[in-house]
Amino acid sequence: MRLNDYEQEMLAGEHGAAKKYGMEQVVRVGTFFDAPDTVEVAQVHLMADPESLGSSGVEFLEGLAALPKAERTVVVPAVTDPRGVDLAAYQRLGQTEGMADLERRATAAFRALGFMMTDTCINYQTICPPVLGEHVAFGDTGSSIYANSVQGARTNFEGGPSALAAALTGRAPRYGFHLDAVRRGSCVFEVDFRPKDLSDWGALGAYVGRKMASYWEVPVITGIDDAPTSDELKQFGAALASFGSTPLFHMIGITPEAPTLAAVFDAVVPKAEKIGKLEVDALIQSYMPSDDKLDVVVFAGPQLSLMEMQTLAGLMQDRHIHKDVALIATTSPEIKYACDRMGLTETIEGAGGMVLSGVCFYQMYAREIGEANGWKRLMSNSAKLVNILGGYGYEPVLATMEACVDSAVQGRISEAAQ
Amino acid sequence: MTHVFKGHAGIGDEVTGEALVASDNFSARYDLDRIKGVFSRPQHKLYGQSYDGKILILNAAKGGVASAWMLQEMVSRGVTPKALILNFANPIMAQGAAFANLAMIDRFDIDITTAIPSGARVTVVPAKGEIRLLD
Repeated sequence: MRLNDYEQEMLAGEHGAAKKYGMEQVVRVGTFFDAPDTVEVAQVHLMADPESLGSSGVEFLEGLAALPKAERTVVVPAVTDPRGVDLAAYQRLGQTEGMADLERRATAAFRALGFMMTDTCINYQTICPPVLGEHVAFGDTGSSIYANSVQGARTNFEGGPSALAAALTGRAPRYGFHLDAVRRGSCVFEVDFRPKDLSDWGALGAYVGRKMASYWEVPVITGIDDAPTSDELKQFGAALASFGSTPLFHMIGITPEAPTLAAVFDAVVPKAEKIGKLEVDALIQSYMPSDDKLDVVVFAGPQLSLMEMQTLAGLMQDRHIHKDVALIATTSPEIKYACDRMGLTETIEGAGGMVLSGVCFYQMYAREIGEANGWKRLMSNSAKLVNILGGYGYEPVLATMEACVDSAVQGRISEAAQ
Repeated sequence: MTHVFKGHAGIGDEVTGEALVASDNFSARYDLDRIKGVFSRPQHKLYGQSYDGKILILNAAKGGVASAWMLQEMVSRGVTPKALILNFANPIMAQGAAFANLAMIDRFDIDITTAIPSGARVTVVPAKGEIRLLD
């Protein structure tokens, strides 16, 4: 890789151990992907929940945090993905003191490094939306695909060690989705129906994601005529990224780099694969169990926007969830504060639900809290969450928010969901 | 004669071990019980099998960003594959392997999951992007 004088100094350790680590990580990954040089990033979004970090990861962060302030401080605005423990609620969830302690230590280290603890995966909706052409280093698949696709910013999936490197150096290797050529379309999907609920948008993203062979394929979607909402594109993108490891999609006439098919294909446009309601319904149905048992309903993955929280509160108004079922909604600290002010938290919790702040269900020791609470059968309107939790010992079911709430009230999977 | 398969130059140090192979994809968060060291996703072709100490050979990196931290945590606890061989890595696996110094190679000129049988002994040479089939 070509490095300028300052980058070479960082790599040589002349600006301290933190920047040396950062440039080493940039160069190792850049070399692996044949990056010619680096890009300067405008902002960083870092994923580092304590379950993923483990004790070794937290010790690594504490080592950086112990360096002199001038050496350890991030050089671009840097924000955090959801944490693993909501310290106001962990005991109710059966999370251990050991988990909470690891959370406190990681948070203290990130603060010492200069991170802003936004604790959200919807930073593109709630903190600082990036703009067309802006190079960023985003560290959640959902935030990356939204920034790349809907906002036209440029990022690869930057996992924690590399997002941290970007924050400490202001650099990311120039490869992948920082490059024009990689952002061209690979395949076309023609959607011949309008997804109705957020769960339908997620299932559509899941269907396309399953067709993706690798990170480098860019699906192009046609047939969506009217602009979806931000939350609809959020669910679509999060599921596509989760099922497909896909960081970019184009939606013709909707997303900024794709006004037409000709804008995203150089010569021949590949033959479109049609997707109808039948295919998407079949995907949803594939998660439906043969009995109606239900343990927990979760709205998360991604965290809920203010609009989603309002919808949820509306569905739970004047109702009460069944005593044998738990209902959890996760959102960002900023949105939680807004929900508190607007009475939405009171409505949801008054109906027996829990509103968690700054966490997301699958990043909060999902296996352990499932075992601690006896949760196995889980319902959600998030295709991403359903995809992840199959590997954590759950039996996940995908349904609309309305059907999920109805089921939580009835104490079993409602007939409408089946 | 040792058969050599050539991929892109990789990450980490040379290792030798027993191959565990499937034509399936890989995510540390989605697919593994990292405490027990086994594949835990029921739909995965290696479901229930131990990956500890194996040269893990799979198709493509999938899933989320957590694997970037998790590979290091797996290495630090000593319940880890010796190497991760993929037809197609993604940045997350490369970032995780770089952070953990875990041997990794991808981008072969053939489908590596069909070229090497499970149980074979192989040597992985990341600097050269090579896998050597020993028997």
